[in-house]
Amino acid sequence: MTFNDILLMRHELLLTAVMLLVLIVDLFATGNNRKLIIPLALVMFLIITVVGFLPAQYGKLFGGMYETSGTTILMKNVLNIAVFIIFLQSVAWLKLEENKQKLAEYFVLILSTLIGMNLMISSGDFLMLYIGLETATIPLAALAAYTHHQTKSAEAGIKLILSSALSSGIMLYGISMVYGTTGSVSFTEVALNWANAPLQMLAFLFFFAGMAFKISLVPFHLWTADVYEGAPVNVTSYLSVVSKGSAAFVLMLVLFRVFPSIVDHWQKVLYAIAVLTMTIGNLFALRQQNLKRFLAFSSIAQAGFILLGIIGASSLGMTTVIFFVLAYVFTNLAAFGVLSAISAATGKENMADYNGLYQTNPRLSLLLMLAMFSLAGIPPVAGFFGKFFLFTSAASKGFYWLVFIAVVNATISLYYYLLPVKAMFINKNENPIPSFRSDFYTKAGLLLAAAGTLAIGMLSIGYEYIASFSFGLQ
Amino acid sequence: MDILSLFVVIPVVTVIAIMFAKNLEQTRWISATGMLIQLGLAAFLVFSYLHERNMGNTAHWLFTYDTVWFSSLNIHYTVGVDGISVAMIALTSIVVFAGIFASWEMKYLSREFFISLIMLASGVFGFFISLDLFTMFLFYEVAVIPMYLLIGIWGSGPKEYSAMKLTLMLMGGSALIMVGLLGIYFNSDPTGAMNFTFNLNEIAERGIPIEAQRFFFPMTFLGFGVLGALFPFHTWSPDGHASAPTAVSMLHAGVLMKLGGYGAFRVAIYLMPQAAHEQAWIFIILTAVSVVYGAFGAIVQKDLKYINAYSSVSHCGLVLFAILMMNQTALNGAVIQMISHGLMTALFFALIGMIYGRTHTRLINEMGGLMKIIPFLGVVYVIAGLASLGLPGLSGFVAEMTIFVGAYQHTDTFHRVVTIMATTSIVVTAVYILRVVGILLLGPVRNEHHFSLTDAVWWERLSTLTLLVAIAAIGIAPLWLSDMINFSLKPIVERIVAIL
Repeated sequence: MTFNDILLMRHELLLTAVMLLVLIVDLFATGNNRKLIIPLALVMFLIITVVGFLPAQYGKLFGGMYETSGTTILMKNVLNIAVFIIFLQSVAWLKLEENKQKLAEYFVLILSTLIGMNLMISSGDFLMLYIGLETATIPLAALAAYTHHQTKSAEAGIKLILSSALSSGIMLYGISMVYGTTGSVSFTEVALNWANAPLQMLAFLFFFAGMAFKISLVPFHLWTADVYEGAPVNVTSYLSVVSKGSAAFVLMLVLFRVFPSIVDHWQKVLYAIAVLTMTIGNLFALRQQNLKRFLAFSSIAQAGFILLGIIGASSLGMTTVIFFVLAYVFTNLAAFGVLSAISAATGKENMADYNGLYQTNPRLSLLLMLAMFSLAGIPPVAGFFGKFFLFTSAASKGFYWLVFIAVVNATISLYYYLLPVKAMFINKNENPIPSFRSDFYTKAGLLLAAAGTLAIGMLSIGYEYIASFSFGLQ
Repeated sequence: MDILSLFVVIPVVTVIAIMFAKNLEQTRWISATGMLIQLGLAAFLVFSYLHERNMGNTAHWLFTYDTVWFSSLNIHYTVGVDGISVAMIALTSIVVFAGIFASWEMKYLSREFFISLIMLASGVFGFFISLDLFTMFLFYEVAVIPMYLLIGIWGSGPKEYSAMKLTLMLMGGSALIMVGLLGIYFNSDPTGAMNFTFNLNEIAERGIPIEAQRFFFPMTFLGFGVLGALFPFHTWSPDGHASAPTAVSMLHAGVLMKLGGYGAFRVAIYLMPQAAHEQAWIFIILTAVSVVYGAFGAIVQKDLKYINAYSSVSHCGLVLFAILMMNQTALNGAVIQMISHGLMTALFFALIGMIYGRTHTRLINEMGGLMKIIPFLGVVYVIAGLASLGLPGLSGFVAEMTIFVGAYQHTDTFHRVVTIMATTSIVVTAVYILRVVGILLLGPVRNEHHFSLTDAVWWERLSTLTLLVAIAAIGIAPLWLSDMINFSLKPIVERIVAIL
C-alpha cells in the first residue's frame, strides 16, 4: 500500500486523527483548560472541511471494499459542512455547567459517527456498508443519551439503540440472503449475478427496510419523534441533517449501483413509500407543540420529498437529491440553530414559548422565519430550488401524479411551517422570551446557516458543481 | 443593467434602505421615494415603448435581456415586455405608489410593514417582466407569501384565519401551476431531442403535443384561476380582503389578482391553445358563475370591504371570461378590464380605508350622509362607483363594452347565452354601487359623532387623485392604451387562430 493509496481515504483518516487528538488532549486537560478543547476541535475540523474540497484522486482499496469517486467526495463534503455548523451551534450548550465535564466526548462521538457515515458512502461491498452503518449508529445512541440525568434523554438513547439494533438485524439478514443467492457481497458482482429470484426480492426488501429506518421513512419512522424530542437539541439537529442525509445518499448509491436490474420494482416501492412518508409526516406535524417533535415530523415529510429525486434513477435525480440535502443542511440548521440558541439560554422548547419572540429577539425570529419559508419551499430561499428540482427530476420520468401528490403535501406543510411564524410575529405574549445575547460561536453558526439558505439557490454554481459529479441509470 | 431588471432591483434596494431607517418619518419617505422612482421608471418605460413602436420596431418583445441561470436545466433569466406587460407594469407602479401614501399613518411596526409591502411589489414586477416560466413562477410565489404577514400582523377582524386561508388557497393554486409548468417543460421538445426549455416564446413556437395539453391546460388554468378568484375557488378573496389593511387590499385586489388573469392568458391559453379551445366551455361556465354570483354576493353584504371584495370576484371573473373567448376584441377587453379594475378597486379600498379610519366602522347601515361631512372622499367614492358600474367616460365602460362585444362575436348559442347571462351583472353592479352611495353618502347623518369628522389630508388626496387621474385618462382616451395592447395581441391571436 503506497502513500497515494492512503490518501484515497483522506476524509476518514483526517477525521480519525482529529478524534484521537481531542481524546488525548482531554486526558491531559484539567479544570478550565478543558474549555480549550472547543476552539481546538473547531479549528481542526474547519481545516478538514477545507482540505476535503482539494482535488483528489479516485480509486479502490482493499480489493474493492472501499472506493472513492467525485460523487462520494462531494457527499462527504456536504456532511462535513453540516457538522461544522453543528459544532459551532453546540458551543453555547457545551459550556453549560452540567456538560463541561464531558464536552470532549461530544466531539469524539460525533466524529466517530461521521467516520462511519463516510465509510458507508465509500463502501464498495455490503460488508463495508454494514461496518460503516454500525460505526455510525452506536455512538449516536450514546449521543442521544448525552444528558443522561434527564429521563427523556436516557429514554431516547435506549429507544434509538434498540430500534437500530432491530433494523440492523433485518438489514443483515437481507445481506446474508444476498450473499447466499449471488455468492458475493461486492456491489459490482451482486449486480452482475442478480437473477430476480424470489429470495433476492425478499433480500432487497429487507435491505431497503434497514435503510428506510435510518432515513425514517414511513412505516419505519416510529422511533423518530421520541428520539428527536428526548435528545439534546444539537444531537437532534445532527440526527435530522447528517444522519438522515448520509443514509439517503447511501440508499441512492446502492439502488443505482446494485439494483439497476430491478429498477421497475424498486420504483414502485419508492412510489408507495414516498406518498406514505410525505402524507403521514405532514399530518402528524400539524398538531405538534414541542418544536423538536415538530421538526422531527417535518423531517420525515422532507425525507419523502427526497425519494422523488431517487425514484427517477437518473443523473438529474442524483444532482437534485444532493442539492436538496445541501439546501436542507443549511435550512434545517438555521432552524435548529435558533432552537439551540434559545434552548441553551432559556431552556424553552415549546411553540407557545415563542409567542411574541419578534418583539424581544427580532434577528432570531427573522432567521427562524427564513428557515421555515425555506422548509416550506418559498422562493427565493434554498428550499424552493431544492424542492422544485426534486419535482423536476420526478416529472422528467413522467411521475406527474407523484409530483402532484407532493405539491399538495407541500401546500399542507405550509400550514404548519407558518405556525411558528405566526407565534413569533402575530401572537401576543405577556412574558416573551427575554432578549439575550449569543456568543461568537453561535452567531457564526447561525450566520453560516443563514448565508447558505439565502445563497445556495440563487447562485447556480452550487447546483452546476453537483451536476458535474452525478450519474444515473440509463 | 437593462431597464426591465431595474423594476425588481429598485424595490429590493428600497427594502434594504428601509432596514436602516431610524423612525417612522424616514421609513415613509424612503418608501415613497423608492416607489416614486419606480413610477417614473414606469412612465419612462411606457414612453420608450411607444417610441420604439413609432420608430417601426415590430419585434414582439422589446427591451429583452437574457442570461443563463441553471445551464444544465436550461433555465434562463429572460426578461422582455410587449404592450400587455407594459400596461400591467404601469398599473402596478401606480397602485403601489398610491398604496404607500394610503398607509402613511401605519405606525405599528411600520418598517416591517413597508418592507413586506414593497417585497410583494417586487414579486409582481418580476412576474410581469419574466419571459422564462421558471423565473415567472419564482416571482409569483415571492408576490404571494408576504400577504400572510401583511394580513396576519396588520390586519383586522379574524385576521389569522383569513391570512392562513388566503395563503393556503393561493399556494394550493401555485402547486397546480408548478405541476403544469413541469408538464409544459418536459413536453417542450416535440423533436425528442430532450432539449427542453422554459422560454415562453420557444415553447409557443415549438408547440406542445395535444395529449399533454389536455392534461396540463386545466391544471395551469385552475392554478392561475385561483388567484383570479375563479368560482368555486374564490372564497379566500372576501375574507382576505376584508381582513387586510388598506394598502394590502389595494395591492392585492388591484394588482395581485391580475397575476391570475395575466398568467392564465400568457401561460395556459398562449401555450396550450388547442386544449383551451376544447375545454374552454367548462371554464366559461365557471367564470360566468363568478361574474354573476360575485355581483349578487355584493348586493347582500353590509361591510364595505366585503362589498368591494365580492365586486372584485365579479370583475376578475369577467377578465377570465374574456380571456376564454380567445378572440382579439375580447382579449383586448380583458387586458383593459385588468387595468381598469386594478385602478378602480385600489381606489375603492383606499377610500374604504380612509372612511374606516375616521368612522371606525365599515358597516354601511351605521353610517350615512357622509357626503356633507367629508365631501372630497365622498365625491371620489361616487366617481369610483360610476367607473365600476361602467359609466361611459370612465375606464370601466371601455373595458366591459369591449369584452361583451368580443364575446358576442361567437355565433353559437352556447357563447351567446352565457354572454347574455354575464351581461346581467352590469345591472346588478349598478344596484349595489348605487345602494352604497345612497346609504353611505347621501341621506341624513345617522351617527352624531360623525359630524366632527375631518376631510382628506394631503397624503390621502395624493393617493386617491393618482388613481383617479389614471381612471379618467383611460376612460377619456382609451385608444393609446388599446392600440398598444392590440398591437401585441394581434400576432398572438393570429397564431392561435392558425393553430385551431
